[in-house]
Amino acid sequence: MKFPYNETVLEHFKHPRNVGELEDADGRAMEGSPACGDMVSVTIKVNDDTHVIDDIKFQSYGCASNIATGSIITELAKGKTLEEARKITWKQASEELGGLPPVKAHCSVLAVEGLRAAVRDYEEKHGLVTEQDPTTMEVVRKRLKHVMNPLSGLDIVRTDLVKAIEVHSGVARVLVDLPSNHQFAHAIKDDITDKISPLWDIERVDVNFTE
Amino acid sequence: MADDLFGEMVYLDNSAATRLDERVLDAMRPYFFDTYAVATSDFGYSLGVEAREALDGARSDLAALLGAGEKEFIFTSGSTESSNLALKGVALALGEKKGKHLITSAVEDFPVLNAARALERQGFTLTVLPVDSEGFVDPQALEAAFTPETILVSIQHANQEIGTIQDIETMAGMCRQAGVLFHTDATHSFMRLPLDTGQIPADLVTVSAHTMHGPRGTGGLYVRKGTPLAKWMDGGFQEFDLRAGVEDIAGAVGFAVAAKLITLEETERIRSIRDHLLDRLLGEIPHTTLNGPRNRRLPQNLNVTFHYVEGESITLQLDMRGFAVSTGSACFSASLEASHVILGIGGDHERAHGSVRFSLGRYNTMEDADAVFEALAEVIPALRAISPLSPKE
Repeated sequence: MKFPYNETVLEHFKHPRNVGELEDADGRAMEGSPACGDMVSVTIKVNDDTHVIDDIKFQSYGCASNIATGSIITELAKGKTLEEARKITWKQASEELGGLPPVKAHCSVLAVEGLRAAVRDYEEKHGLVTEQDPTTMEVVRKRLKHVMNPLSGLDIVRTDLVKAIEVHSGVARVLVDLPSNHQFAHAIKDDITDKISPLWDIERVDVNFTE
Repeated sequence: MADDLFGEMVYLDNSAATRLDERVLDAMRPYFFDTYAVATSDFGYSLGVEAREALDGARSDLAALLGAGEKEFIFTSGSTESSNLALKGVALALGEKKGKHLITSAVEDFPVLNAARALERQGFTLTVLPVDSEGFVDPQALEAAFTPETILVSIQHANQEIGTIQDIETMAGMCRQAGVLFHTDATHSFMRLPLDTGQIPADLVTVSAHTMHGPRGTGGLYVRKGTPLAKWMDGGFQEFDLRAGVEDIAGAVGFAVAAKLITLEETERIRSIRDHLLDRLLGEIPHTTLNGPRNRRLPQNLNVTFHYVEGESITLQLDMRGFAVSTGSACFSASLEASHVILGIGGDHERAHGSVRFSLGRYNTMEDADAVFEALAEVIPALRAISPLSPKE
């Protein structure tokens, strides 16, 4: 039989490690959206003195590469410090799994982003984030790289859907190059709002469409 | 029952392609090795005359099955070519003379939808009719969409993904009344549903051998006598000067034999297996929704959404257990786009992502239905257990 994934990926897909949700989590994150077809949630338990991740669990709504990456990422992060965990890359996760099909990069990168977001969540809650720099266009653009364009499976920045970004007195404006009645307009708008509104100095997110 | 990696595959993707029936192969074989000459006229050499007789025989058999005359059926390379010829052939014949407006539906298969879009890019106006939550086109909406410029309506007979059977008799009648040509894509319904061109005033009908245990690469187009259709693949004068190219005698013979092998009895047997699987899935696996109608549905088709899980994970889990099915999930498709049919019936992306199509054929049994059900009864709860979307216990 010929499967589209290697043995290691299939093994993690069939028997994912560290599945579930930590009830008393110190950091939690949810990446992706059902519209894009993939979601990952990550919860972590952190030792407040050593900043070591004592426990980690994930959940996945997604394809095999999404599930397998979620599984491997929990194995890589467990026992690591927050600093070390933050540096785990998609490339590392992919290598650990013996390689993933390139077309599936966007499904699997979510798990890595989920881990980073959970670490960030812990840091924000524990006052470890010292830099409170004002949000700039570049900060918004960076966050928009986490919003998927379901038409291509790549992010909306890379696929040139973001026509303009403005940040002015607490309001972030994003102009998306799609008709407002496009089948994905609503999903993309929700996703952009979810990604931008948590920024500490943003009070409102306006998403507009070119047509 | 198939075990993990070895053993027999239970194939439940018969709307994509079917296993060739040995009897079809036996009927085709002589045209590869014995009567391999090109089909010639009555004045050609004997081997060529024999070939032509075989081709004409296959043609008249297939035409008869559609209630048509033998000069009203042409062979093509499959339903993609048939639908392209129907849409582009009519557009080329009538676009300048009569008008440039075409009407189709949102849930057509890609050959019709994309041929229509290609014509739109060439300056034709296209109306894409929406469908209701079960996939039905409203005939009143069709009538309301007619303009003096309308030249062709293309509405499928039955849907490739969710099995919805359209009321083509009414819609073809409306077209006839309005002086508009009517094409229907019957790729999935031919021989599984009654389709008599004496009763249904369709002008063009797409059919294909690959969905009925016949050879892949052979299809046909019914062309009602007098239908204005321009030839757009130029070459010789084959197929009543509508489709150039050396005829595939073996394919034509195989198609006719395959079509004749389908019986009402077999179709009813397939329907009862489908109904059994449908009842078990909807009755025993919670949070499962039927896509498409319960009745007025293609007998070999079943399509359900298992909520909170993603289709590629389901198909891979089934594949590892020896079952072949397909899904409307974006992750499964080469284009990474969710099914336009599930979105067309008003489903959201989550509904498309968790959708699974089971399409049955001649070689499926009641045991197959029970086996795939048992596999899903394991796979779906296991995938839901790791999904963040699953409702909390």
